[in-house]
Amino acid sequence: MPDPFAWLGDLIAYSLIGLRPDSAAGTALQFFVMDVAKIFALLVIIIYLMGLLRALVSPERVREFVRGRPDWQARGMAVGLGAMTPFCSCSSVPLFIGFVEAGIPLGVTFSFLIASPMINEVAAVLLIGILGWKLALLYIAAGLIVAWFGGIIMQGFKPERWVEDYVWKIHMGDAAAQRPDTSLRGRHRFAVAEVREILRRIWMWVFIGIGVGALFHGFVPEQWVVENLGDGQWLAVPGAVLVGIPLYSNATGVIPVAEAMLGKGVAVGTVLALMMSIAALSVPEMLILRKVIRWHALALFAGVLGVSFVMVGWTFNVIT
Amino acid sequence: MKQIKVLGSGCRNCEITAKVINQAAAEAGVEIELEKVTDIAAIMGYGVISTPGVVVDGVVVHSGGVPGPAQARDWVRESPG
Repeated sequence: MPDPFAWLGDLIAYSLIGLRPDSAAGTALQFFVMDVAKIFALLVIIIYLMGLLRALVSPERVREFVRGRPDWQARGMAVGLGAMTPFCSCSSVPLFIGFVEAGIPLGVTFSFLIASPMINEVAAVLLIGILGWKLALLYIAAGLIVAWFGGIIMQGFKPERWVEDYVWKIHMGDAAAQRPDTSLRGRHRFAVAEVREILRRIWMWVFIGIGVGALFHGFVPEQWVVENLGDGQWLAVPGAVLVGIPLYSNATGVIPVAEAMLGKGVAVGTVLALMMSIAALSVPEMLILRKVIRWHALALFAGVLGVSFVMVGWTFNVIT
Repeated sequence: MKQIKVLGSGCRNCEITAKVINQAAAEAGVEIELEKVTDIAAIMGYGVISTPGVVVDGVVVHSGGVPGPAQARDWVRESPG
């Protein structure tokens, strides 16, 4: 089947603007147009369908599900639901406090905080559509494992002692049950609102991601990539994680970057490590969390995640 | 007069939410008292985690995103039921 998005990219970059298909600028622009069209079309469709099915879970509901369960069950649910909650990092503070107030162990909360930004259904469907189901499964499995064990390791350091005092004093009111409108009209309205809300939040990250991907695709020589970032380059993995820490993008925004890197022959594990590091570890998120927990815990959190991502990267580079 | 509160720690979406509600009230010709609640303890007191949230006459009617204009119209309308 001819790819309509690639066709659109060809049309605009080569026919309308007249760039040559063998020039760096031409291939970069073709990639950019193709990915903007493809990713935004997919995003609108996926978010709308999820909204229609009400498959997106709010943090308030996660809190209700998880509270009062034995540790392993709570962690399983936090990781699983974290993967289904497209929550905004601006909600991390109330989320953290809400979990603490519900008596949910901090390790479980950390598991949720790791899983949530890294994996979500929207990113999962995009991953399948753009990178193929095999890589999508690898990414999701690795993300779930890191979230599960990352939380357990954090718990081992007894992070409770670093939580700011005022957090323990906040009392949370009962969430008034908002009865959702389950008629088809109500679902449609909810789904449209969800599409607008999520797109408003992430469009910029997606554009930046596609831009970076396009530049990589057009201008970085394949020879250089294979020699420096290909198989057998062990140091490339920790390098990718370190580069990813200060960088932040939404899980959706890193996908076009990964697409371009894989296309040029960067090793799979190295790409996975970079994706996870960019999506899950970020300076802005740390600054936000600093309001509820002290630096010791955050440094530890960054350390545990950084080491985990390096392990994931190396493991996948060895087995693929 | 309706008392409407927008819960949120000052993020951009909270500003937009306040604007949407003010606009709906102006269009409906209803006077409302709009207050922005930015204190985290107060926000959590309403049981809201995902901001922005909206409280009408002490009842949480919305959380986790910018509301649509249709929703805002329902809130400013006098005693809907």
